[in-house]
This record gives sequence, structure tokens and C-alpha cells, in this order.
Amino acid sequence: MNINFWLNGVCINCEAEPDMILLDLLREKGCYSVKRGCETSNCGLCTVLMDGTPVLSCSILAVRAEGHKITTLEGMQKEAEEFGSFLADEGADQCGFCNPGFLMNVFAMLQELKDPSEEDILEYLAGNLCRCTGFAGQTRSILKFLQYKKEQKEADNA
Amino acid sequence: MLKIRNYIKVKSIAEAYELNQKKTACILGGMVWLKMGNRNISTAIDLSGLGLDTIQETEEEFIIGCMTSLRTLETNQALHEFSHGAVKESLRHIVGVQFRNCATVGGSIYGRYGFSDVLTMLLALDTWAEFYEGGKIPLSEFVNMKKNRDVLVNIRIRKTPVFCSYRSQRNSETDFPVLACAASLLGEETRTVIGARPGRAMIVGDPLGILKNFREMTNKQRAAAIASYAEYAADHVPTGSNMRASAEYRTMLVKVLVRRTWEAVGGMKNEY
Repeated sequence: MNINFWLNGVCINCEAEPDMILLDLLREKGCYSVKRGCETSNCGLCTVLMDGTPVLSCSILAVRAEGHKITTLEGMQKEAEEFGSFLADEGADQCGFCNPGFLMNVFAMLQELKDPSEEDILEYLAGNLCRCTGFAGQTRSILKFLQYKKEQKEADNA
Repeated sequence: MLKIRNYIKVKSIAEAYELNQKKTACILGGMVWLKMGNRNISTAIDLSGLGLDTIQETEEEFIIGCMTSLRTLETNQALHEFSHGAVKESLRHIVGVQFRNCATVGGSIYGRYGFSDVLTMLLALDTWAEFYEGGKIPLSEFVNMKKNRDVLVNIRIRKTPVFCSYRSQRNSETDFPVLACAASLLGEETRTVIGARPGRAMIVGDPLGILKNFREMTNKQRAAAIASYAEYAADHVPTGSNMRASAEYRTMLVKVLVRRTWEAVGGMKNEY
């Protein structure tokens, strides 16, 4: 089937079999940040944004992307760099395999929740599994990032 | 692996109904469960172009389109207030936000999965399932009906005054529930639902009238009635064993969760 969708701001026209999974199509298009970490819709590694909403690309048919805007980490390099330094400063990532899906969901959370508490953060990110760590570093890095963003905004307003 | 030969994004429910009469056809929900199976689907029917992904509120009811995501259901403020937080509680432990953005209410209800938190919760409310051919059927009836080839269009939650509470036990935060329990004072009726037994959710019933006049009871009477009803439920709810828990453990959980949900409904304890 012929489909049209936006991938990281670029209009894509391509062929996809009816049972092709979006994750596989995205990797075919060079978005290797999108990974399959489980086969049970559970790990969150394949998280991409569909019209700004975080979804599991392992569970969506490629043909269902028709007309939608898909964003992967490849399309958010600037944001990734900015937040990534906070992750690194807290020593949060170890093997790094879960990072892309985790970052995409963090970006979605920052869009959706205003001033989230630590509890809100843990609940929003519960669907992103990291098998190396205990999420403590990640949580610290998000809290520090939120504080940094708040200060930046206050400085801009002043 | 899931195999699909044709994919059709339908223009109407009638078209979906027609296509779905073939046994090998399948209506797609969010696919988070479907994609894990090994089915061979001749025609995958997609309802996502019909605007059935929203919740409408009227004076009498909430009308939830079958393609509404679990996340939309969870974040609906009016439903949250109507259910005293129970609907959100039933949804927020289901895997993660990304998963709940994909999974649909229609898929969860139509499948009548044993593990379904959604089915357990909605059975405790005055919920109706609306079908293209079969019309509106109380969810309490639909839950025990045989599978057919009809198309689920909407879920309707009538605004019958309700006090309700939902609790589930999980081995880890985002796993399937080991047991789920919803309790509600629905108008004059007391209703207790047990899910993830691990069989399909069931309404427990109260033939002995243990919880009768619950509303009028003093706290002391309520505590006694709840203790006695929790025993009754543990004796009468069939449970089974699977990799997550044994039947014996589940039966112990029936007793505990029935007590806790009813204590919450009675406003006696809120800390659970």
C-alpha cells in the first residue's frame, strides 16, 4: 500500500505491506534510535511521537501513520543534547539502550504536564523500562532539568 | 506473527459491519494485544477515520467512542470526578502512558479479556455497550455473551449516582493485575466486581443481602457487614492459578480487596 506521512518534518511517500509494523518502517528509513526491546508492548524503547503524543511504534501498523506527523529522536537532536547533558551529569545512563525511548517520553511529559511532582514523573515514565539502573539518576536529572528550565524562564521574564 | 492480507480504513460503521461478517476479518483496536498473536487476518478493519475517539458528555450519560484511548478515558476530568477517582485508578497502572495512548476502550471491552482492568471497572458502573446491529446492551449482560460479528460503536456510562472504589494487586507496577476489584453503591444497588481471577471479570452478587441498606448503616454496622461480605466473596468467587499467582493467593486477595474497596466506598478509610 502507498502511504504518506511526515517523518521528523519531512514528507515521506513509500510502500508498506498491510501488516508492516511502524517500528520496522522507521528503522528502514534510517531511524535507528527506535528499538524493539521486548515483544510484549511493555518496555517503551520504541516510543515515538505521533502528532505530539507518545505511542508504541511496535504496536502500530505502518499504514496507520498515513497523514500523521511522526517524530523520532533523530528529529529532536537539539532537545536531546540539552537534556542529555543532565542525564550524563547524574550518571543516569549505563548501557544507554533504553535512552531514546526514554527521552521521547520525557519530551512528551514536558509538553503534557505542567510543573510535575516527582510522583507525577515516576507515574508518567513507568512504561519506560531500564534494566541497568534503578531510575534514581534519571529522576534526579529530570528534576534538575525542570529546575533549570524554570530558572531560565524566570531569567527571560526578568 | 500477526499476518494481515488487506487493510481497509472504513468510511462508515455499516461498511465495517459488512466486512466483518467474514470469519477471517478482524476489527482493529489499538493492537497492543492483537499484535502479539499469530492470527492470519484476511481483512483488517480500521475504524480510526470515523471520529469515534472522543468522549461526549450529556445530561444523562458519558458516550465513549470505541476508538477512545485508555489515556483519554483516564484524563477525562468529568469522568474522574463522577467516579470519585476510581476510573483513573483502574487505568493508571496499565503499562505506561505510551501504551494507554494506543490501547482503545472498544478493544478492551470487546475482547472481554480476563486481565482487563477496564472491564472490571466499567462493570461497577451503569455501563452499556452499544452495537451497530444489536443496539444497546448492559455491559453486565454483554460480558457473558458469546462472541459474534457485530461492531461495538460506543460505550455509554449512565450517570446513575455512584460511590465507587477500585483497587488492584500487581506483582510489579506495570504488570497485568493478579487480582482486580471494584465496589460501587450504584443508586440503591451494591455491586462488587472481581477481575483477573484470572478469568473474565464477574459481578459477585449479594443474595444474602449482607450489604443491604449499606447507605443507612453506622460505621460499626458497615465494618461488620464488610467483613462478612468479604468472607462471602472469597467463598463464592472462582479463582484460578497461572504464572502470576495461585488460586489460593487470589482467594486471599479477594477477601482483602473486597474489604478495602468497600471501606473506601463507605468513606471509612481512604489511605489505600
